[in-house]
Amino acid sequence: MQAKKRYCFLLISCLFLIYCYFNGFNLLGEKKQRARHDLLPSFATLDELTESPSRQKRIPRATTKSCRMQTCFDFSNCGNDPKVYVYPTDGPVSATYRKVLSVVRESRYATHDPAEACLFIPAVDTLDADPLSPEHIPDVASRLSRLPYWKNGRNHLIFNLYAGTWPDYAEGALGFDPGDAILARASASETIFRDGFDISLPLFHKEHPERGGVPPAATGNPFPAPRKHLLAFKGKRYVHGIGSETRNSLWHLHDGNNLILVTTCRHGKSWKDLRDERCDEDNREYDKFDYEQLLANSTFCLVARGRRLGSYRFLEALAAGCVPVLLSNGWRLPFDERIDWRRAVIWADERLLLQVPELVRSVPPERILALRQQTQLLWEQYFSSIEKIVFTTIEILLERIMTHRSSRQREALIWNTFPGALGTLATYGDSRAHLPLGVTSPPAPAAPEPPPRPLPAPSVPLTAPPPTPGTTFTALLYVQATSPSLHKLLVSIASSQYCEKVVLVWDSERAAPSLTSLSRTAGDSRHPLPVVVIDATTHYPGEGVSARWQPLWAVPTAAVFSLDGDAPLLAEELDFAFLVWQHFPERIVGYPARNHFWDEAKGSWGYSSRWGGSYSMVLAGAAVTHRSLLAQYAALSPAVRLAVRRAGNCEDILLNCLASHLSRRPPIKLAQRRRYKSPHHRYRSSWSDPEHFVQRQSCLNTFAASWGYMPLVRSVLRLDPILFKDPVSTLRKKYRKMELVT
Amino acid sequence: MAAETLLKTSKYSKYTYRQIVYHRFFVGLLLFILISLVLTVVFNLFAGSAPHADIYESVNLEALSLPIRNIVSRSRSADPRWTNCTYWYCFNVYKCGRGGHDKITIYIYPLTEYRNENGKAISQFSREFYEILSTIKRSKYYTPNPEDACLLVPSIDTLNQIGFSSEYVSKALQSLEHWNNGENHLIFNMVAGISPNYNTVIDLNTSKAIIAGAGYDTWTFRYGFDISIPLYSYIAQRINSSQPKQKSFMIISTQTNIPSDYLAQLQSIASSSNDLLLLDRCKDASTDYTKRCEYTTGKMFDYPDILKEGMFCLVVRSARLAQPVLMDVIASQCIPIIIADAIIMPFNSHVDWNKIALFVPEENIKNLLRIVHSVSKERKGEMYWQLRWVYERYFSSIEKITLTTLEIINEKVFPLSARMYEDWNVPEHLYGPVNPLFLPVTAPKSPGFTAVILTYDRVSSLFTLVRQLVRTPSLAKILVIWNNQKKPPPPSSEWPVVNKPLKVIRTKENKLSNRFFPYDEIDTECQLTIDDDIVMLTPDELEFGFDVWREFPDRIVGFPSRLHVWDNVTHTWKYHSEWTNQISMVLTGAAFHHKLWSWYYTYKMPDEIRTWVDDNFNCEDIAMNFLVANITRKPPIKVTPRKKFKCPECTNTEMLSADARHMSQRSACIDRFATVYGHMALRSLEFRADPLQYKENAGVPHAYPDIGAL
Repeated sequence: MQAKKRYCFLLISCLFLIYCYFNGFNLLGEKKQRARHDLLPSFATLDELTESPSRQKRIPRATTKSCRMQTCFDFSNCGNDPKVYVYPTDGPVSATYRKVLSVVRESRYATHDPAEACLFIPAVDTLDADPLSPEHIPDVASRLSRLPYWKNGRNHLIFNLYAGTWPDYAEGALGFDPGDAILARASASETIFRDGFDISLPLFHKEHPERGGVPPAATGNPFPAPRKHLLAFKGKRYVHGIGSETRNSLWHLHDGNNLILVTTCRHGKSWKDLRDERCDEDNREYDKFDYEQLLANSTFCLVARGRRLGSYRFLEALAAGCVPVLLSNGWRLPFDERIDWRRAVIWADERLLLQVPELVRSVPPERILALRQQTQLLWEQYFSSIEKIVFTTIEILLERIMTHRSSRQREALIWNTFPGALGTLATYGDSRAHLPLGVTSPPAPAAPEPPPRPLPAPSVPLTAPPPTPGTTFTALLYVQATSPSLHKLLVSIASSQYCEKVVLVWDSERAAPSLTSLSRTAGDSRHPLPVVVIDATTHYPGEGVSARWQPLWAVPTAAVFSLDGDAPLLAEELDFAFLVWQHFPERIVGYPARNHFWDEAKGSWGYSSRWGGSYSMVLAGAAVTHRSLLAQYAALSPAVRLAVRRAGNCEDILLNCLASHLSRRPPIKLAQRRRYKSPHHRYRSSWSDPEHFVQRQSCLNTFAASWGYMPLVRSVLRLDPILFKDPVSTLRKKYRKMELVT
Repeated sequence: MAAETLLKTSKYSKYTYRQIVYHRFFVGLLLFILISLVLTVVFNLFAGSAPHADIYESVNLEALSLPIRNIVSRSRSADPRWTNCTYWYCFNVYKCGRGGHDKITIYIYPLTEYRNENGKAISQFSREFYEILSTIKRSKYYTPNPEDACLLVPSIDTLNQIGFSSEYVSKALQSLEHWNNGENHLIFNMVAGISPNYNTVIDLNTSKAIIAGAGYDTWTFRYGFDISIPLYSYIAQRINSSQPKQKSFMIISTQTNIPSDYLAQLQSIASSSNDLLLLDRCKDASTDYTKRCEYTTGKMFDYPDILKEGMFCLVVRSARLAQPVLMDVIASQCIPIIIADAIIMPFNSHVDWNKIALFVPEENIKNLLRIVHSVSKERKGEMYWQLRWVYERYFSSIEKITLTTLEIINEKVFPLSARMYEDWNVPEHLYGPVNPLFLPVTAPKSPGFTAVILTYDRVSSLFTLVRQLVRTPSLAKILVIWNNQKKPPPPSSEWPVVNKPLKVIRTKENKLSNRFFPYDEIDTECQLTIDDDIVMLTPDELEFGFDVWREFPDRIVGFPSRLHVWDNVTHTWKYHSEWTNQISMVLTGAAFHHKLWSWYYTYKMPDEIRTWVDDNFNCEDIAMNFLVANITRKPPIKVTPRKKFKCPECTNTEMLSADARHMSQRSACIDRFATVYGHMALRSLEFRADPLQYKENAGVPHAYPDIGAL
């Protein structure tokens, strides 16, 4: 007992002493600190900080400095809708570059008139600057300088995948002087890259598809990732020379199970002469593993530099959902100006090669899940085809131009989440709240409003689009003739709870009806519903059926209820559809549904209206969509719009393809009162008409070809009101009339 | 060897003297460990430095008399700044992570007063530089050991180019003990360049040193290597966070040093529109920085108070790109309009300036009003709230600026510690958390789902359920969570013979949360959580439920649904189990969800909720609904019309009273969880998912025929 007490006392007094010592010390220090702190002067006086400039020119125009957009680009010819001019091809062009040129020429950016062009793309193949390569096109420099609008490359965009040649693979060795031209180049390093001016490209194969492309491989999101290997690499190694060190030392990490890092020196004609003592052993291990299998079964894939900084492996790993681990010091990753690669890759350091296993082991499982999803997202949005790579390049450039003109650009989160930059219009809104992304923005403080401007006219887009999802919708009617069913529909619309405005597109030779408002039903004390009638034949001549979605300037809400003049809908059905759509603003939500199928016999897509177990389209005669989707419809590539105009039909199929392409989700079909017999009066009795079907099928195939894949997605479910057709009193039900069969 | 033999002897001879000695020895040892532990903790708490600090003395920033060192003009100067430096070639990464550190370590050179031949100090030591150094010293990165350091900070004040002699400082740098061509050195600078050239980077021979500087342009900034920091303003420090109810001006310009040609353009805008309030120095008080006057009428305003009245505030380049007004503007929560071509904004590698500022090209000043008017209400709101958040996190003091600088370097060196874009730029209080399942896909059908049955002792019902479940085609595996510690599960011979794998897991404790543990045995994405008495679901219903989940893989998809409603009388949330037109919860008595949510439930959910659930033995399903709805901001999905899940004949008076108690407890749960999350996370909806052909008869065979019973 005694001893215990003594120990306790000793301990406590020790603690007390220590406390006193440190606390006292601390207090003293603080006092001193305050004193010294106050004695010191500030680092600069206000006069020094706010120095005015001397009179000389401030903007550096010196030619010694490398190019920036402000110094080397002429914005004057780039209006609200900048155009790209592709020079006509004369002379030899590789297959890859031919694809590049053709996707631009068929895009909505293209123009045939060099006078209105903002950006020029030479038809001179500059992809491969390595004279030892079979794809190399000689004499590029003189052909470029002979271009009629070259002007030292000003406003020109030049693509390059391979620079330099054996043995040093110098990045600057392009075989020509780019001058003021913007270089879109693969394997660029931080030192040579003109930041904010050049664009970094991914390195892609000759076989890379022109359009469409391989869909992402890892669509499942198992958690935690159950892949067999942790880290994999299989590739060549160069025994000597530039970029060989990293790959030469990979064998240290190989353990044959978790970490598979196998290399071979068996490439080139004279590999046997150059080989070192490890080559034979390496080759044995190398042959044990299959490249594709490794990609599919490994959580991380090493992307080590080769002779050049970039490698094909990067895209291959992305496609397979294998998270790239980069060993390529100084490499500017593809499109890193806008793509945030921190979300999709792990940066390792070539100098710390031996730490790589430790690095990948310490990545937490939820981070792996996020990384893998992001690889799939980026692959699908920006890399899976040449079209996407080229469009991304052009979009980055156009966005710089737009930033210069109107000081706005797409947000970083738009670039790095769904549906991505290629899936949104740069000119549509300036906040994510305008897009169907389920994002709401906090309220702005009260401020003086700008003076009211004249009412918007058809040619002027609304300056700011409405926020999503909003509390009301606009009924956008497409009418070709007045009929009793149109009157019924207008009555339904007038008694809808959420309709804010009616826009009636009148597409007929006969004079448009004059209608400015819809009166409410008796007992409804609300103001009459405003109506705008737009005569399609005068406003949008030659647009055909696509005119129905053209007058977006008159639509003040994010939700647009696209209706045929004779759609047999009740007010209840209108409101239910809108309420469901608020949960799925990126999808088409509506009533009549159709399906597509692959016709094995014909080897083409088929269109079906059979009442089967699934559907992939919701017809636009009675469907809610997002206003931005219709804006994108208007900006589709010229080829598909032409197909619709020629057919005078299929605009709803095209809209469904577009919506599914952007959202990767199926549309949503809702419960309905009865079978929707004639979705379009033009098709009346056309169900028995084989012509009509043939036309819709051929449309479907045209669209699939234009996207390079079939964008439609099937669904098996239908959304009904919670108590739909349940055996309970109708008094308890909110949607009663929907159940009455007529 | 000796210890081993001793141990052996003590083991065999009881109660010997030796054992007492041993006893004392261990008590003594215990005491010693205790004391040293306490010492370490105390030392850490009060001294705020690493435990090994006693070997190396940490830098003394308080010394009033400093050692003096003379720099002579003939001594060697450091090499000029390497303009092509990148992180990969100029930064020695081997110096970092030594001694098992998982973060950078920073050494500060001892304070020294450098003098030139005339005895004049070559640089003035400022308050701000002192604060930078003291922040570093107090940070978790500081090390007093130069050998251990990943970064080294010279203690020569280089913040203001005007305040030091670049010739002598270059020599002083070269004379530093560990200079080594500036490798891994960090130089701070806020005012760079002097008349007439106004360089955009510090005019100093820094060799390979990293420069954390203000006012870079795109030519001098070394991408991925240098750090762009803000030009600190002591005026901003004094601006409080209060805001006027109404902003009275669209655009305000308060700068007194706008270049004359730009000023002329702004004047022409101001004279034709009321939207721009253009202020300048007051004529009678040109040295008073707290006053500004309207340039024509001479109306006087107080600076910086006037900034709060503006929706937008101009920040125009002048002699230098960085202007102190930027920080004043941001602190006043006025959206900056930056007119400075090629400028590198502070912390541009991590802070997204497009979320807080408008950038107008210098040649586009004439369109200023058009640009400002085209900004939507939504974007204004986003920028306005973002400004305050960003300012407080990264710019509000020298300490924040320094720590942000260090963190950016730390993320570069240790990429795994890097926080994502959202962590840096998306305030969670405004936009909510990030959905971890963000890839929009229909989940693949082939892996199927795993049924997780939580059971206590209802064996017969459990067996019925198992027999029922295996008839579902997509079922991959059954996992029975045996939550009864007192009774072992029935022997395998008694279990029904099934053609799908079945595994029983015995738990250590009877907790409801056990049903949401992310067991390794669940190897499918989707898990069906089901009570052992839910035996009425048909295979078609389950298969359809799974197909619906595949289309909404980030939601809870299930059969029994409930609603939460606000009680206006008691001002609390009420739990509602009537058949209503809305639902907001799907009970996990029979629901599909992603396995990830089980992981979140176990490891990420607020502890308070998990403890509440285990203590009350209730509400685990409500907790799950809150968890998922809070992260995804999406309601669950109810499938099929089925609403009855208990046998009708079980209803009796005893059950009813239990029911009332149950309901009030459930209401209390909802109330409680809403308080924990700080808002009502649940969302309600008005629809359910039915098969496409439900109650339709078109002569085509139904895909899921056995659906429709209540």
